[in-house]
Amino acid sequence: MMGTVFDIASWVLLTFGGLSVLIGGIGALRMPDLFTRMHAASVTDSLGAILVLTGVMLQAGLTLATIKLAAILLFLLLTSPTASNALATAAMLAGNKPGIDTTSNRSDAQ
Amino acid sequence: MYYAVTLATLVTMGLALARAVIGPTVYDRVLAVNMFGTKTVLLVSVIAFLFGRPDFLDLALAYALINFIGVFAVLEFFRTRASRAELDNEAGQ
Amino acid sequence: MNPARDNQTAPGSAGRLRAYLMFTVLLIAAWVLWSGMFKPLLLALGAVSCALVVYIAVRMGYFDSRVFALRFNLRLLGFWAWLLKEIVKSSLEVARIVLARKLELSTRVVEIDVSQLSPVDQVILGNSITLTPGTLTLDADDGKLLVHALTAEGAAALEEGEMLRRVAAIHKD
Repeated sequence: MMGTVFDIASWVLLTFGGLSVLIGGIGALRMPDLFTRMHAASVTDSLGAILVLTGVMLQAGLTLATIKLAAILLFLLLTSPTASNALATAAMLAGNKPGIDTTSNRSDAQ
Repeated sequence: MYYAVTLATLVTMGLALARAVIGPTVYDRVLAVNMFGTKTVLLVSVIAFLFGRPDFLDLALAYALINFIGVFAVLEFFRTRASRAELDNEAGQ
Repeated sequence: MNPARDNQTAPGSAGRLRAYLMFTVLLIAAWVLWSGMFKPLLLALGAVSCALVVYIAVRMGYFDSRVFALRFNLRLLGFWAWLLKEIVKSSLEVARIVLARKLELSTRVVEIDVSQLSPVDQVILGNSITLTPGTLTLDADDGKLLVHALTAEGAAALEEGEMLRRVAAIHKD
């Protein structure tokens, strides 16, 4: 009984995790400039990782694998903002200024 | 169920690769490669359970570490190269 | 000057010893957890690598600043729960934008004054902002965070400052 509940919960988590990973990928391809692409990538990096790894964790149950998965998740969540920040800073230093009033702003230009 | 997640992750990795090929700036490529790396970590974790090989999780963690360090190494490389090019420009004028 | 900042960079000798010990225990725990084998050879290899890592860390001057600056408490867990909710909420928002037929972006760059926070809390806030899709910390400098937001609503929510208040509440003693 408890096993089925965990199974269903992990399926739901995995499905939504796969979806959010996919949405982030589509966004990274569709968005018009670097900084907006980073927003899309952050969907896969935070929500996608949380959902997929938690879903797998529920499948693993209380084993060593769950602890390892939790360590991987914690590591990803701590490092991905750091990497994004380094990337954004480097891009800004190289003269890649984020536009407030660029072509990406169609809804504002009207 | 694992197959669906694996497929979604693989498709996203393909999209990230496409972004890495299109560019246009080097930072877009670094972003795409970083994304590809995190997706690899997720893929390896899911595959560990798909094939019932929990030892794959060690690979996933190692990949996460290498991916993180790799992004910083590439950014550092381009930063030094950019600042050196700037110095050369100033010396040339 | 700023007492929080002085406290951050100068650990006493007792604090330094405690940092050594905690660091070593963490390394040993990580080794045992990841190897999962208790053969004498592997344990000896683990002891050698832990000792090597501690030696290199000391040589790098790693212990000259406070290593375990982030202190865990219940309120941090509460903040993480709130952050998780925010991540889900803003992910849905970004997903809606990405999947719309026409991209409706209204990007903003806002500056947030965080000078009243300690350096650790500034890092927590900056990383939390980046972790929530739709907002991205571009630069952290001199008590100010430069934040890029995908939508005007996201920027407004940040300037309203709920996240800042919650971060400030974590380590309030």
